[in-house]
Amino acid sequence: MMPAVLAVVLLLAVAAYACAGGTDYGAGFWDLTAGGAARGRRPRWLIDHAMAPVWEVNNVWLVFVLVLMWTGFPVFFQTVFSAMWLPLALAAIGLVLRGAGFALRKPLRRLAGRRLYGAVFAVSSLLTPFFFGAAVGGIASGRAVPGTEASAHAWANPTSVLFGLIAIVSTAFLGAVFLARDAVRFEAPDLVGYFRWRALGSLVALAVLAAIMLTVTRTDAPHVWHGLTHGVGLGLVILAGVCSLATGLLLLLRSGAWSRVTAVGVVAAAVLAWGAAQRPYLIPTSLTVADAAAGASSLRWLGVVTLVAVLLVCPAVVLLYWLDTHGELEPLSDADLHTAPDHEDPDGHR
Amino acid sequence: MVPLLADAPAQLLPARELMAFTLACHIILVPFGVALPLITLVMHRRGLRRNDPVALLLARRWSAVMAVQFAVGVVTGTVLSFEFGLLWPGLMGKWGGVFGIGFGVEAWAFFLEAVLIAIYLYGWRRLKPRTHFLLGLPLPAAALLGAFGILAANSWMNTPQGFTLDAQGKPVNVQVWAAIFTPMFGPQFWHFVVAMLITAGYTVAGVYAVGWLRGRRDRYHRLGFTVPFTLAAVFTPVQFLLGDSLARSVFHKQPVKFAATEIVWRTDTRVPEYIFGRLHPDGSVSGGIKIPQFDSILAGFTTDTKVTGLSSVPASDRPTATQATIAHWAFDLMVVIGSLLILLALWYGWCRLRRHRLPASPWFFRGAACAGVASVVTVECGWITAEVGRQPWIVYGHMRTGEAVTATRPVSLWIMLGLVVVVYLFIFGSLLTVLLKMRAGWRLADGQAADRGREPETDTPYGPRSRVPAGPAGTDDVPPPDGPAPPGDTGSGPGGGGRR
Repeated sequence: MMPAVLAVVLLLAVAAYACAGGTDYGAGFWDLTAGGAARGRRPRWLIDHAMAPVWEVNNVWLVFVLVLMWTGFPVFFQTVFSAMWLPLALAAIGLVLRGAGFALRKPLRRLAGRRLYGAVFAVSSLLTPFFFGAAVGGIASGRAVPGTEASAHAWANPTSVLFGLIAIVSTAFLGAVFLARDAVRFEAPDLVGYFRWRALGSLVALAVLAAIMLTVTRTDAPHVWHGLTHGVGLGLVILAGVCSLATGLLLLLRSGAWSRVTAVGVVAAAVLAWGAAQRPYLIPTSLTVADAAAGASSLRWLGVVTLVAVLLVCPAVVLLYWLDTHGELEPLSDADLHTAPDHEDPDGHR
Repeated sequence: MVPLLADAPAQLLPARELMAFTLACHIILVPFGVALPLITLVMHRRGLRRNDPVALLLARRWSAVMAVQFAVGVVTGTVLSFEFGLLWPGLMGKWGGVFGIGFGVEAWAFFLEAVLIAIYLYGWRRLKPRTHFLLGLPLPAAALLGAFGILAANSWMNTPQGFTLDAQGKPVNVQVWAAIFTPMFGPQFWHFVVAMLITAGYTVAGVYAVGWLRGRRDRYHRLGFTVPFTLAAVFTPVQFLLGDSLARSVFHKQPVKFAATEIVWRTDTRVPEYIFGRLHPDGSVSGGIKIPQFDSILAGFTTDTKVTGLSSVPASDRPTATQATIAHWAFDLMVVIGSLLILLALWYGWCRLRRHRLPASPWFFRGAACAGVASVVTVECGWITAEVGRQPWIVYGHMRTGEAVTATRPVSLWIMLGLVVVVYLFIFGSLLTVLLKMRAGWRLADGQAADRGREPETDTPYGPRSRVPAGPAGTDDVPPPDGPAPPGDTGSGPGGGGRR
């Protein structure tokens, strides 16, 4: 019972990271493809603004995924990190470069510096999701059997490559949908259309990749394929499809507000479908949830810690996203940092 | 079940070097993640209570610094989580279920901290001052909770408990409470938390001590110096006691580790204390200052205290002579610097309490300027003592570091180490450059403001201010200066000057 519950929690955390982190990586994708300094200046301006207050939080989901893995399912953690050493190591380096590139580019004024850090940020935004996707592919196709040592076989295979590409395109899709909406918020009407078309384009690419994935996994990852085409997995796949159609319609109808919800629905449903398709395995046909689970008391306490934390963190996250989307969060300007500005503390306090 | 692997696998060295390098870099940022929010909040509160614009300016600038360093800390910290899997899969695979729960607490605490920091950093402009401050208040608590998780895990590795081993040597019957509150937890936790506070305090104060030495003796520098320095100085003597108590806990709970940090070879009473010095594989010590009987006195307050020596256990169960020397030097360096910092703190306390002013001597400020770097060095030293002294164990007495290491080829690990060194040099170099540039920009602006008699700050040296439609913003939004204006730069933000 408890292992299954925590496996669901783990899957939900992965889905949350895919959505929150994915939006973030997507912003990096569009930063990379925005063109030269002059042409890409406006989209990059929006990306900087839209991402700034929340990117760290988006990426903390990943830490939680890792902790859930090693505390709740130690053998699973050991297997994944042993078998897919290289992609995960490269993903880690990508994470560092990405975060640092983004954080350090903001305070820089000189174009050359911003270009260098911007390039670092953008390229690693592309590579990191690919390697994560490839690692997931190695799990889904059952190549990472417990005891496997690091080998290219585990992650350089059709399923992994496809999952990697799907990861990139999903992030691009999420990023474009959110940025189109952010453009409305920041009153940049030209950028609304700019990102709307990119969102639609990546949605089409995502659909094509999903179709290819379903044909490739039939032979390459049969257990997951069976799960995706039957029962709960099939239901979630259909849900993802419905959400995609809805997102496409909303984007065409220029009604941006709900497109974010449906876009998150696409990615979340896809991740959950993958998880459901793997049942009862963490790694199809070699490691079940029950076999990988830690002892009962560890799991119980992990559940307690998670519950308490959800009660603490959820209100905080909701507050953050609420403040962010209501324009209450703004970076300090130079004026705020240079002298004591007159618009601070108008009411003087007591 | 556990074979005696005296000869370590070839990938152990690069794996340890990689872990050591990334942790050594990350730990530099930790004091600022844990304690800078507290110091900033103290200054913030002062600014609000006394309606003091200088204090508020300092608090705002410190949050701008926090923003950059916290971002880098987030990514270097995430790398460490990856490394548990990439470098030590054996550790997590076998023991993750026993001691991972601490990381569970830490993950959520860190999550909370990231959320609160984002709100605090970006809330300066548009939130009501009081709301903003209150939303920042839980930050130190979240930081403490995060430290709790990490220290629970680390102290478990030192004094593992809360489980029983089954016939196959697998840990079963996990008692989570016992696994979190291990004997080493309390001493390690408090020593760590106070170290973070002291380090952040001295480092921040050091910036203003340098300004003071260069003749910038205005209220801004005075305040920027005294608030963090006072905090750090008050806790420095406390830290000495906490460190002493931690060393004695090690003596009781991890006698071989204690022997390594004090290079004690033979179990004996009336053991001499060596200040520095080098241990040789045959047990002899060369160099250093020898104080007869002092180690026994330090460990148990009498010369008759029996101190366990390294030779009491087989060579495969204790640190090598080189490792012991490293741990010993790190320990001694930490104690020496700590003692110097106490002298500095006493000097400061004497002048403040007795004469109600700052010390006048430039030598005091020279010391204060170095205190930040010195305390970062002590943090590194303390960590080296703890980790190297525990070798060859990754889980003290239960699992050797060599058994936990990944099976990845050593060549891959060496290449990864090279790559990581390059990346980290780039990142930390950039971080330093960015911080120095921020400082230079502020100093320039302060100079100009003084020239103009605190003219309105409408325009900055960097060009026209742009506006985000939601409200006014500053040159953070300005594109590269050669570019045209960003969207929305119509100069008519509806935010009403940021007033709520």
